[in-house]
Amino acid sequence: MKSNSDMTEAYIDEQLKVTHFHPRSSKFNVRDAWGLWNGFKFADYYYDVDFEYFCVRNSCGTYDICPMQKYYITGADAEAMLNRMVTRDISKLKIGRVTYLCWCTDDGRMIDDGTVFKLGPDSYMLTSGSPCIAWFKKGAFGFADVKITDMSDKIAALAFQGPTTCEVLKKMGLDGIETLNPFNFRHFSLNGDSDKKLMVSRTGFTGDLGYELWIAPEFALELWDALYQAGEDYLIHPYGEFATGMLRLEAGFILPGLEFNEALKTVRFQHDQTPFELNLGWLVDFKKPHFNGRTALLKEKEHGPEFTLVKLDIEGNKCAEESYLYNNKKLDKHIGYITSTIWSPVVKANIALAMVQTKYLKGDIWAEIYYTKEMRPHLKVAKCTLRDKPFWAPARTRAKPPLPI
Amino acid sequence: MNHYDTIIIGGGHNGLVCGTYLAKNGEKVLVLEASNELGGLAATREFAPGFKASVAHTLFQFSDKVAKDLKLASFGFDINTSPMANVSLNVEGEHVILEGWGASSTLTGVSDKDAEKYREYQQLLKRFSDVLKPFWLKTMPRIGSSSFKENLTFAHLGIKMRMLGKKDMGEFMRVATLPARDLMDENFDSEQLKALLSWDGLIGSKMAPRSPNATILALLYRMSGIHEGAHSLPIGGIENLVQALQTAAINSGVEIKTGAKVNKIIIQADENGLKTNGVELESGEIFTSTRVVSAIDPQRTFIDLVGVQNLEIDFVHRIKRLRCDGYVAKLHLALSDLPKFVGLDKPDGRMVISDELDAIEFAFDDAKYGEPSKKPVMEIVIPSLSDPSLAPSGQHVLSAHVMYVPYKHKDGWSEKNKAELYERVVDTLERYVPDIREIIIHGELLTPLDLDKRYHINGGHWHHTEMSISQMLMMRPTYEAAQYSTLIPGLYLCGAGSHPGGGLMGGPGHNAAKEIMKTKVKVNS
Repeated sequence: MKSNSDMTEAYIDEQLKVTHFHPRSSKFNVRDAWGLWNGFKFADYYYDVDFEYFCVRNSCGTYDICPMQKYYITGADAEAMLNRMVTRDISKLKIGRVTYLCWCTDDGRMIDDGTVFKLGPDSYMLTSGSPCIAWFKKGAFGFADVKITDMSDKIAALAFQGPTTCEVLKKMGLDGIETLNPFNFRHFSLNGDSDKKLMVSRTGFTGDLGYELWIAPEFALELWDALYQAGEDYLIHPYGEFATGMLRLEAGFILPGLEFNEALKTVRFQHDQTPFELNLGWLVDFKKPHFNGRTALLKEKEHGPEFTLVKLDIEGNKCAEESYLYNNKKLDKHIGYITSTIWSPVVKANIALAMVQTKYLKGDIWAEIYYTKEMRPHLKVAKCTLRDKPFWAPARTRAKPPLPI
Repeated sequence: MNHYDTIIIGGGHNGLVCGTYLAKNGEKVLVLEASNELGGLAATREFAPGFKASVAHTLFQFSDKVAKDLKLASFGFDINTSPMANVSLNVEGEHVILEGWGASSTLTGVSDKDAEKYREYQQLLKRFSDVLKPFWLKTMPRIGSSSFKENLTFAHLGIKMRMLGKKDMGEFMRVATLPARDLMDENFDSEQLKALLSWDGLIGSKMAPRSPNATILALLYRMSGIHEGAHSLPIGGIENLVQALQTAAINSGVEIKTGAKVNKIIIQADENGLKTNGVELESGEIFTSTRVVSAIDPQRTFIDLVGVQNLEIDFVHRIKRLRCDGYVAKLHLALSDLPKFVGLDKPDGRMVISDELDAIEFAFDDAKYGEPSKKPVMEIVIPSLSDPSLAPSGQHVLSAHVMYVPYKHKDGWSEKNKAELYERVVDTLERYVPDIREIIIHGELLTPLDLDKRYHINGGHWHHTEMSISQMLMMRPTYEAAQYSTLIPGLYLCGAGSHPGGGLMGGPGHNAAKEIMKTKVKVNS
């Protein structure tokens, strides 16, 4: 046994960390289906992917976003530093507002996307999927008054998504939550205790009505208990990475490692993407005189991106996993590839995100789909139709106040 | 308000050269110099009543093309002044002396074998430096450029190298980045000779004989002058060159303001992006211009004057990481009499104190860890011998470059550790000039930190940033700013931090002017 424990010791730093909600959320993980995110033990699913998916689409569910990276960027030059780094103009962002944005290399290749919260006059919170502190610090050099604090472990965060979330939060005692508009955030007291400050933002990654809850780690479990008590009649349930993959695809949201390669981790030349390739041109504000990558992105805009990320509705019900895309049914010319795909239960369609060479977007798009039936391989060539709008975008997502169910 | 075509920041020799070329081309040019004298490190200043000196104390590579183009001869500058002897001092007076230059030079104080070997060595290096010579006055191609014209420069260099013949070409590739120590050991026996010949490849940089990098390349660069790298002092001294450049500038219409420290490069920012618009002085005074050309070091230019908010993140990172720490201190002594060097009739040469090659290496070892060398090595000139105006009649100035003295002292520079270093340097001198202490009227030692403050150069680095292979040619100071233009329209570089580099040559000023004249700035106003 001794040698075995020695070996464990050598890998002690490799052990997965657990999130602030783990003592509660792990009880739900009846399948022990753990994956990982930024070094945290992270549920791929708890009980069943489809069940969790339907919880969110029909009622409500929680998604543990503790592993997401959170940074405070503060000081008199915080705005200038951020505005130089990100492609959007945040100078008009008001206190209490959140916005989605991305940041790029000098060459205009996307490093990561995230949200920024304006907490105060010289105070922002920036979130990102992967650790980005080295880049932020590089970007802060030369600004006299900017402080970057990694808050990732110091804030417990829980996404709470689905059509009944507003009702549940109200039941939990968050008075006036219905007046919180999309991309706004506000502070509440947990269980009526003003010492237990709970920040709630009307944001999310599911394309539906939903909130994100931010609290000091010592109150994380109390928050969980209050929320699960209020949501009991609404069948509140945690959902994992796999359900998120379905929900976000219906909403048309992108993920690193699928739709884009984080530029600073990309080895091969231009195997990363620009915001224009990712159809995020709207995040790039050329009215701003300077931001990192502006010159390169202006050039990209003028020439047009080589590839464009598009939403596809694919005929039939066979998932086009890792499929190649072609310009016709005879598969003459390879014009792109699928990045993510699912059968969408709520839209009842075979949907996908795909990278297609921009010059072929006007013509036909066909997917070469390989699938099996009881282990026998089959090939299907399926017609794809471009979709402009997100596959799932109910009115309640943006409704002010959210409509009662 | 007066509007200029070009404002040049920094009235060092490169700023003056660049400004004169542009003014001759019909531009309205303003040169702004922070201190009260022009010339930067070549400026001559009074360091003690009646005694004057300049930090740069000899010439060895001033471009004959620049001298000719700017007609410097007509303003009193003689580039042809005969070189001075190169002397490697020895405590016993057994000096190694290299007189004259090129094929006609004579070498004494070494074995016949070394003398014969020197002939071979000198001719080989001459062939190599001839290959490179045309490229010092050319804009380097952009990395990754698909422009035929730019790539032609690469092709040209390739052809030049190929024309050396197979053997020499191979030798060139082998030798160019060799540590000085290797090249010396394979040629010579005399340690004094090895130290003397390595000296010019090392001085000014954070490199020692055993450092692989670009010491031989630096040597070849320094051989680009008409005397193949031999040092000379023109009549009237270094001041004479600065004055000729000043007169040339004024005669071609350049306006010059001294005591005009630039605080900020004004960047016009709107939805069309950024462009330079002029400069703001420390006094608050504003001058507008279509173009701003910076002759000062790249770190000050970009980080202090342009501001990081106007630049790309990784670009700033590369500028920040430039190797800019100087390692040479400057000693100025006001002497009541001509110093008597043991075994030397007249100290009218350039005298190097380093009795063996390892003395330089050991001196470097201390400096690497932030301490001035315990046994400093140095290069000495008595400039008052060729320019009597530098000292009162019958009296003299001793000027010495002392290696290695780090910009960042591990305990921080103080008056105390500076005084200790001064004593150590004079002690060293005393071994070769026993009566030195008796004739010192006044002495000053300028550490790289002093040079930084007095001459407004980050790190007090002679060459603004190290002449290392990572920062030379199309990498100088870094890619995306190595062709004199920068990422900001209207902003150019023309100082020692640009190709070809430091030293009193005029190369960067010349090249930047040519680049500006061929590319009309696209402005959006």
